Amino acid sequence: MRVHINGEDKQFDEGSSVADVVASLGLAGRRVAVEYNREVLRAGDWAATPLRENDALEIVHFVGGG
Amino acid sequence: MQNDIFDVFELAGRSYRSRLLVGTGKYADFEQTRLAIEASGAEIVTVAVRRVNITDPGKPNLLDHVDPKRYTILPNTAGCYTADDAIRTCRLAREAGIGNLVKLEVIGDEKTLFPDVAATIEAAKVLVAEGFDVLPYITDDPVACKRLEDIGCKAVMPLAAPIGSGLGIRNPYNIRLILEQSSVPVIVDAGVGTASDAAVALEMGCTAVLMNTAIAGAKDPLLMAHAMKLGVEAGRAAYRAGRMPRRLYATASSPLTDLLG
Repeated sequence: MRVHINGEDKQFDEGSSVADVVASLGLAGRRVAVEYNREVLRAGDWAATPLRENDALEIVHFVGGG
Repeated sequence: MQNDIFDVFELAGRSYRSRLLVGTGKYADFEQTRLAIEASGAEIVTVAVRRVNITDPGKPNLLDHVDPKRYTILPNTAGCYTADDAIRTCRLAREAGIGNLVKLEVIGDEKTLFPDVAATIEAAKVLVAEGFDVLPYITDDPVACKRLEDIGCKAVMPLAAPIGSGLGIRNPYNIRLILEQSSVPVIVDAGVGTASDAAVALEMGCTAVLMNTAIAGAKDPLLMAHAMKLGVEAGRAAYRAGRMPRRLYATASSPLTDLLG
């Protein structure tokens, strides 16, 4: 299925959870935050949130800025 | 002389000694960022929230170099042009485990980076209601600052001049009006160019100064970070010491008696 992550289209297996996607990107355990279809999704809910076709994720972290 | 050369100030329930808040943008690398922050003596450090590069997610992270246990991390909403985007950004920042403190900026114009005052106020209302400690970047407008204070913002952060311009405090009279009316900390945010600009802000009675480009954009950022630390300390000490009155004519410093005959 197709999922939009940070504005890019990515393919994932049916039934993948948000936690699976975060882990597959090598971001497990990193200080990142996730927005699922424009709502913040707590890290504790990532595993229990299955993705569906055309869902949108924003995965953000902190960078240098003023 | 007052015993405490460094007085502390309270911000959102915590006390700080350093009156210099610094950004982490525009440095050559994370090591230079870390060293500049150290030289500045800052205890509060701003960061931006951005998408992870998902094609290269393993890159080193800013917070591996700027320890959140040592510094208060202040996420900003730089680059947001709507209240909604700024609110989403703050929610994400909080979820990333940094805390409730946010630097709210809703930009209204890409050339001047002046804030959208109406959208900033709108976003501040929502964020305060959601329990954020909101520090809004705002124009040097006493009315806008008053509104933000009334909403429940923990400080007001009027600009000295456009972000990254280095022009110094362009309207000291407005800053004075803001100081006079405010019962929350007044932090001059943006537009400072060099150490004397920072000193002026503190001499006027501002609580603190927030800057990024003035340090990162100097030829020698580490030396400028040190200069800013001294400028802020000098300005604060001068404010507390109470300056002498200005006089139009000279008053001699040496005795006027017992001169040679």
